[in-house]
Amino acid sequence: MGPDMSRTRSVYWQGVRAGAPFILVIAPFGMLFGVVATEAGFTLIQTMAMTALVIAGAAQFASVQLLVDGAPVIVAILTGLAVNLRMVMYSASLTPHLGKALPWQKVLISYFMVDQSYGVAIEKYTHSPDMPLGEKIAYFFGAISAIAPFWYGFSLIGGLVGSAIPPEYALDFAIPITFIAIVAPSLRSVPHLAAAIVSVIVALALSWMPYNAWLMIAAVLAMLTGAQLEKWLEARK
Amino acid sequence: MSNLDIWLTIVFLGIGTFLLRFSFIGLVGDRKLPEWMTRHLRYVPVAVMPGLIAPLTVWPQATGGDLDPARLIAAAVALLIGSLFRSVLGAIFGGMATLYLMLYFLG
Repeated sequence: MGPDMSRTRSVYWQGVRAGAPFILVIAPFGMLFGVVATEAGFTLIQTMAMTALVIAGAAQFASVQLLVDGAPVIVAILTGLAVNLRMVMYSASLTPHLGKALPWQKVLISYFMVDQSYGVAIEKYTHSPDMPLGEKIAYFFGAISAIAPFWYGFSLIGGLVGSAIPPEYALDFAIPITFIAIVAPSLRSVPHLAAAIVSVIVALALSWMPYNAWLMIAAVLAMLTGAQLEKWLEARK
Repeated sequence: MSNLDIWLTIVFLGIGTFLLRFSFIGLVGDRKLPEWMTRHLRYVPVAVMPGLIAPLTVWPQATGGDLDPARLIAAAVALLIGSLFRSVLGAIFGGMATLYLMLYFLG
């Protein structure tokens, strides 16, 4: 084993460590999905097929809820996709870092592109943009290998248990806490802070809009705010 | 909701979601993105994630959409720990612990 190989291996384990804290929220969230899908009338096979194929909790919840409410299939599918539209932005922002990966690696990276693996990886790449490609890929797979098994495993447990989790466990709040934990450490510059504030205000103001349109509008306006402010601050120096 | 409905949703949501994820990284590949674009893309995490959870935090479904002090305080604690100590684990632990404490005391 050459020095490069052992270096890549240690970067992989760094990724595992960075992803590990999310087990605390992925486990209850996965279990909640298993329970909700089973209560909605999904068989265990269907619950696990959705968890494995879609691997995006928020969209899965949204689609299942719509099916339960008797919405047409096409509405359930399109709403789930609208919830996942943010993945296009994740994909674009990973491209400068991982665009040179091999095709099969990019297929796997795409499949495993979830909020947590993306958040952990982009934070690392932002700080170490000159990391070799092999290490960037290793870090990403490290992060997701700490997370994905728990997502599958706890969805399965939830599907097997299959009975309601009392609301006082407040598992719904695992999601907001996760996203706060991902974003909070990166609120270090004025443009980042301003973008986050715009995102929150616009999302709250437009949350009456259907099909998650509010999220895309909030995200675009927040990106414009961050980028313009960054440019303006640079020009003033 | 028939069995077929469920399978159609699973398969098409699965394929569609994969294509959304594959879009840029798969099709743009190693061509260089223009500078103005990468400048905007640097803000993707802070532009998407706060907006995604803002309504869930302020109007949680679990309380029927009513403002909930326990959840707001828990979110604030997670944000504070996460930004001051740059700790993901601290933010998750602190946020969930605060939530349970608040739910216990505020009922």
